[in-house]
Amino acid sequence: MPYTEFFIYLAVMAGVTYLVRMIPLVLVRRKIQNRFVLSFLHYIPIAVLSVMTVPAIFYASSSWLTALVGFVVALIFAYLEKSLVQVAAFSCVAVLIAELLLKYI
Amino acid sequence: MEQNSFKKGITDGLPICVGYFSVSFAFGIFAVASGLTVLQALLISMTNLTSAGQLAAVPIICAGGGLIELAISQLVINSRYALMSVSLSQKLAPNVKGIHRFLVAFGNTDEIFAVSVSNKGTVGYKYMYGLILTPVLGWSAGTVIGAVAGNILPAVVTTSLGVAIYGMFIAIVVPQAKSDKAAAMCVFISVILSCAFKYIPVLNTVPSGFVIIICAVAASVIMALVAPIKIETEEVEADAVH
Repeated sequence: MPYTEFFIYLAVMAGVTYLVRMIPLVLVRRKIQNRFVLSFLHYIPIAVLSVMTVPAIFYASSSWLTALVGFVVALIFAYLEKSLVQVAAFSCVAVLIAELLLKYI
Repeated sequence: MEQNSFKKGITDGLPICVGYFSVSFAFGIFAVASGLTVLQALLISMTNLTSAGQLAAVPIICAGGGLIELAISQLVINSRYALMSVSLSQKLAPNVKGIHRFLVAFGNTDEIFAVSVSNKGTVGYKYMYGLILTPVLGWSAGTVIGAVAGNILPAVVTTSLGVAIYGMFIAIVVPQAKSDKAAAMCVFISVILSCAFKYIPVLNTVPSGFVIIICAVAASVIMALVAPIKIETEEVEADAVH
């Protein structure tokens, strides 16, 4: 990626992200009362993460099969409420083992 | 009571720093594998400080996507920070004014927000700077080391590490969905929509940044209408007084 082009993208990205954080902190002093807006904002994080994870995770390794192994392992450890780092680590190790098995068997 | 120790901020930020290091390590690998340089990956991490936003932006940037698409994707994915900033604004001590508010706003991530509001009483700018500094260092260092390691490590290892960031997302989503039926419903709707935009002809031609926006907004609007959250009016008022 050429740097001139990159810096335009970087400025837009960093600018929007910063404004989203800055404007409310500087301007808003009262709490939002609208129930619909509050509910919408409540669901946004989990919706974004879900949309970003499925089906993208199935294209994150060399085959959907090994990715599926990582996905299932992550689901299990997340269900057991392990920490973020632990879930990610176990998921990676599972994919690594699956990748090696697929390669050499 | 006001918490305004820079040192205490640094200490409270350490666990966040460790967590960020591992996530940004995966981001560094992902950024380089997508076609960015190590320096570009670092610049993105240092200026944005947001996992989901950065992960969504890299494919758009590397595909030469539109600036509007990039801007709207960041706006929607990071919109949760707006709510956190509203909440944080009521937690800040009176000394956090003028330039300090503009600086503290930069570091308002999910985890930094969560730790700062867990303090009793208000938090001052020195504490906030400490609390922001350690995670920023962890986030930046992890990105660089991941980006460099992505070039050195065997392909099979970097391929496996590519799943890490999704593992993190799953670790955030699943416990919520487990304890809250509405959250589980929200996940279900999001996934169905997301898959529709991946596999159904015509829909699968929509650029990736817009897919995230459309699906997340649609799922959240549906859920906000079907299962609006309960508002404890008294608590809201009590918080506002602080």
